[in-house]
Amino acid sequence: MVKEGLFYTREHEWAKIEGEIAIMGITDYAQQQLGEITYAELPKLEKQVQQNDELGVVESSKSASDFYSPVAGKVTEVNGRLESQPELINEDCYGEGWLCKFQLTSQKELENLMDAKKYENFLKGLE
Amino acid sequence: MSFVANTPQQRKRMLADIGLTMEDLFADIPETLLKHQFNLPEGMSEQQVRAAMADLAKKNHTDLTCFLGGGFYDHFIPAAVYALMSRSEFYTAYTPYQPELSQGTLQAIYEYQSVICRLTEMQASNASLYDGGTAMYEAMMMAIRITGRKKVIIDDSVNPIYRVMIDSYTQNLNIALEQTHCRNGLANRDEILDKLDEDTSALIVQNPNFFGCIDDVTDLADAAHKKGALLIVSVYPISLGILKPPGQMDADIVTGDGQSLAMPMSFGGPYLGFMATRKNFVRKMPGRIAGQTTDRLGRRSFVLTLQPREQHIRRAKATSNICSNEALCALTALIYLSLLGKQGLKKTAGLCADKASYAYKRLTAIDGVEPHFKAKWFFNEFVLDLPRNAGDVIAGLIEKGIAAGFPLSRYYENMNNSMLICVTEKRTKQEIGMLAEALESIL
Repeated sequence: MVKEGLFYTREHEWAKIEGEIAIMGITDYAQQQLGEITYAELPKLEKQVQQNDELGVVESSKSASDFYSPVAGKVTEVNGRLESQPELINEDCYGEGWLCKFQLTSQKELENLMDAKKYENFLKGLE
Repeated sequence: MSFVANTPQQRKRMLADIGLTMEDLFADIPETLLKHQFNLPEGMSEQQVRAAMADLAKKNHTDLTCFLGGGFYDHFIPAAVYALMSRSEFYTAYTPYQPELSQGTLQAIYEYQSVICRLTEMQASNASLYDGGTAMYEAMMMAIRITGRKKVIIDDSVNPIYRVMIDSYTQNLNIALEQTHCRNGLANRDEILDKLDEDTSALIVQNPNFFGCIDDVTDLADAAHKKGALLIVSVYPISLGILKPPGQMDADIVTGDGQSLAMPMSFGGPYLGFMATRKNFVRKMPGRIAGQTTDRLGRRSFVLTLQPREQHIRRAKATSNICSNEALCALTALIYLSLLGKQGLKKTAGLCADKASYAYKRLTAIDGVEPHFKAKWFFNEFVLDLPRNAGDVIAGLIEKGIAAGFPLSRYYENMNNSMLICVTEKRTKQEIGMLAEALESIL
């Protein structure tokens, strides 16, 4: 499932832009590939990142995968609920299972991201 | 799967298929290394090898009365330990890669972890590491991962053998290792407080320390935490039968060598490194961890848990690339502690301390023999100053059938006349008397 109105990366992260704020998570495709998620290691608050920088790790019962920042900015909030309920990423990856929020430092990196339609085509290419 | 070597013909065919020669495969290795000659003798028959090994073994002094400690201890090993650990079901040195098939091995590891947690009063233990020194190195790297800082403070009352290992492991790691200097037999508070800062990831101390002195490091845990650093404490597991456990001192990571838990003193091991920590640091802890769960029918069963930290899942970002465990040694420690039980361990530790105390009185009564430190509290080791070179005295006593102690000049400056003496529950009053008389006569 791909959701309209979001930006997507080739590493299967999504970003939702609300003015100067960005929210990110992993896509439905990513959570399906990972399987039952058991832990998310989230970045420290105030961390400054560039687009594609490593942010953290999502662990499932069968693997551990790094996830990368879809945007350039400063981490302002992480999803604390994931500590006790990492399964939220499986259950609602575009909603309750979000990973972190950013204060954007620049908007121009958004040009490097895909929209829903492009991402859908990108996924088709992976099949 | 059995190992079937390929024949020279097969090798030739494989190389021909990919268009390479044998020389091409070794092209990356400098020629000077390839041409190295090892100058090995001709092969021998089995009988000749046995005779040669027996000759070598004869060079070991196995009948000395042992007062040697310094991290490796001559404790009594009940016969039941070897009888149980050498059962063929257990007699493999490695954790299996299809671990859940081996429920017995996993249960043993799980129970070993439980025992280490109870002994140290920490919340989580791994399935073991190589030895006390590598465990300390791994704890240091773990603290660096947790804090994201690169400075480490270590007091020189920590076992010098461990410190040598840490020096060599960290040689190319860009870690700022700072040493403080033991004062009056205790970790040097002034120097430590001076060095502890916002760049410090860990402070490493030992209790009882290398000189045998008991050091309650609760104050150091507090000082480290105030700066956001972790406290790593290395311990001697037998001493925990009577001493305050590191968990009660608010230590963050506890390590040590488990040799004293029924592994014979043997140069090079195999020994046992243990590590325990707080629950919230478990994901940063290296090594395997056995966990308890239920199977689909609700039966108690055991699994290897938190494997994404491990190198076979995540090579580059694994918590360690030497996180193998010493399953058979861990089992040995578990059997030993189970046989002793709580009271037995307490009694063993008490005997060590009492006998050491008696030896201290006997030896310091000798003219010219003085205690090196003013600190009153020691467990089962203490440092004596002799009127002349300790190494010479020790060599003289070996002639009399006594391994009297460890010459501290090997690792410490200005300690030429000092020797470290250890007394375990195995030493009798007569043996201690024999040491006192022999020492008096030789001085």
